[in-house]
Amino acid sequence: MTSDTPRPPPRRRLFGAWGPRELKGLFWQVLVVGIAVAVIAFLWSNTVTNLSARRITTGFAFLGREAGMPIADSLLPYSPRDTYLWAFVVGVANTLRVAVIGIVLATIVGTLIGISRLSANWLLSRLAAVYVETLRDIPLLLQLLFWYVLMQALPAARAAWRPVEGVFLSNRGLILPAIPVGLPQLWVLGTAVLGLALFYLIRRRLIAEQMRDGKPRPAWPFAIGLIVALPVAVSLVLGVSWTIEWPQLRGFNFVGGLTLAPEYFALLIALVTYTSAFIAEIVRSGIQSVPRGQWDAANALGLRRSFMLRQIILPQALRVIVPPMTSQYLNLTKNSSLAVAIGYQDVVSVANTTLNQTGQAIEAIALIMAVFLTISLSISFFMNWYNARIALVER
Amino acid sequence: MTAITDIPDAPRAARRPQAGNPVLRWLRTNLFSSIPNGILTVVLLALLAKGIFSFVQWGIANAVWLAPANDSSACRAARGIGACWAIIPEKYRFILFGTYPFDEQWRPALSVLLFIALYYLSTRRVLWRRELVYLWIGALALISVLMWGGVFGLSFVSQDRWGGLPVTLILATFGLAFGFPLGILVALGRRSKLPAIRSLSVLYVELIRGVPLVSLLFMASVMFPLFMPAGFNIDKLLRAQIAIILFAGAYLAEVIRGGLQAVPRGQYEAADALGLSYWRKHRLIILPQAIRHVIPPLVNTFIAFFKDTSLVLIIGIFDLLTTAKTAIIDPAWQQFSVEVYIFVAAIYFVFCFAMSRYSRSLEAHTASR
Repeated sequence: MTSDTPRPPPRRRLFGAWGPRELKGLFWQVLVVGIAVAVIAFLWSNTVTNLSARRITTGFAFLGREAGMPIADSLLPYSPRDTYLWAFVVGVANTLRVAVIGIVLATIVGTLIGISRLSANWLLSRLAAVYVETLRDIPLLLQLLFWYVLMQALPAARAAWRPVEGVFLSNRGLILPAIPVGLPQLWVLGTAVLGLALFYLIRRRLIAEQMRDGKPRPAWPFAIGLIVALPVAVSLVLGVSWTIEWPQLRGFNFVGGLTLAPEYFALLIALVTYTSAFIAEIVRSGIQSVPRGQWDAANALGLRRSFMLRQIILPQALRVIVPPMTSQYLNLTKNSSLAVAIGYQDVVSVANTTLNQTGQAIEAIALIMAVFLTISLSISFFMNWYNARIALVER
Repeated sequence: MTAITDIPDAPRAARRPQAGNPVLRWLRTNLFSSIPNGILTVVLLALLAKGIFSFVQWGIANAVWLAPANDSSACRAARGIGACWAIIPEKYRFILFGTYPFDEQWRPALSVLLFIALYYLSTRRVLWRRELVYLWIGALALISVLMWGGVFGLSFVSQDRWGGLPVTLILATFGLAFGFPLGILVALGRRSKLPAIRSLSVLYVELIRGVPLVSLLFMASVMFPLFMPAGFNIDKLLRAQIAIILFAGAYLAEVIRGGLQAVPRGQYEAADALGLSYWRKHRLIILPQAIRHVIPPLVNTFIAFFKDTSLVLIIGIFDLLTTAKTAIIDPAWQQFSVEVYIFVAAIYFVFCFAMSRYSRSLEAHTASR
């Protein structure tokens, strides 16, 4: 350091710290913000005038009123005498029911198709390519309407198709055998989740110890103990019954089992097939992004194929896969709003009915936006967390 | 043969040169390289044969191709065993052009051809010059004249009678033509050093991308009249068009932002050293490079966006999908919606597939440089 050389004197500026560049920046900002504020103020004042002219009161007070709208298919108990607020909650639950199950299924199907496209079997890879190209190039709404029409064209309950014993496919939807889940069953499931969490922690410890001394420590005894034996033990102690309820045709309808209504089933099929085509491409490009040398190296070490895929290829591919996968999950969730076209009552459909019944357009649309922004932000938050985790695995 | 042939994209082990028939050799390497692979091939072939056979039975062998006008009895007789393609000649004018006056339908037909010519010319890399912009402006003006009429002896046709394919192409083309410059401005805003402009751009992009397009369309159709002064009312189609432009702008902005990030810092510094102003720097140096970087993702965004215009069905605008859905409300033909959807799907497929092929060729071109 040469501390004795004099510092250059600070440049003189016309307006103290404000040079012409900063002034210009300030000017542009004031201009743009000014225009934005003016436009919003203009729209706002028009809206206030229009609302008072149409005698529509603003605010969310309408949420406490009786909704009076029917919701045919819902997870949560609902009757038309419930409030608008509860109808919204039921709508949100329906959106989540499609989105969560859709994301899981689309990931599975998409991964299978993506791997098939890379198969050494020419026929399999061609078929997978046709699947991807066709589904990607036709609008989702058109596919949704197509599936819905097919669902409606299915035979009546009496003549239902039975592809497998206990499974019925008819114009009433898909009926599956199910295990009725009550409080005791939930206890057992809770234990299983707890066991899974414990197993995860123990496995992390074991890996850390292996890192220290290089001795492999098998994790599977813990897996059996915590994930299988513990819930079974709890189930036996509590005496929980796990009898499967088989659906049966009585008169004109089915009794028992789990019913997926035609609207729900059509929406699920459309979302899963459409999104899986995109996921397949993401998985394919992820696997292809792993340099060939990695395959060669793993082969040269004589690693087992499953070990090689799990420990060498997948961790590297995931780094490429996860960010675009996040957008696909977000897309699937947002696309579930197309439900309104076939009358499945998700949050958008409920909000639309509310809007038509009460005229509270601003509030209804604000609610839709709030719900989707919350879901979007949660998904990207979770996926960013996961992304950060797998990025660490890399070193 | 080692087991690695089953692994996706495993580098193929060098095979011993096999003598014999090249067809047999091809079959052995691509379909029957190992026993599990052979079994898979046989199972797939069986499924494929069954699928093709039943489709040929339904779609060709037992199908009804022609029927007298307004008479669906032949189709109803074949219901369940054969397709009713006769519904397409019966309804295609309505599906393609909606309720546009029947005798004037050459005008939307010509507009569609103009659109296609415009798309085709825009894909020619030799023509990527300033003149292309003028060509676009001229062609869009000509299309407006054709669709509306009211001049040059053409009768006036109001917007609420437009429908079908021209409406889909209008929504997509104008959405892009206006969404693209908007996207550029927002992308620049997002990378601006000025905090107020940057936060406004971020807010805009995240708000639009965070919500479904359906809710934006509802907003356009229900809330727009509330926003405007009393007595000022704009057409439903234009309202949807505005929503679609805002939507396209947000998505394109993110793609273009990626391109801006890919331009090396030295390019910015060189432009600054030349003393160029902000706008000249971006117009002459940064944006041409940035957009060149992201042409393939841009085309993919165009495809997604072209398909998404079909959502205007939900607010009752007569685009191609809506006219198809309306065509089968007719009780006599109600049961044959699958055939109509296949027809319309084929139209969408042709447009999107052409675009995706084009994007693939561009990718190959940029990769080879």
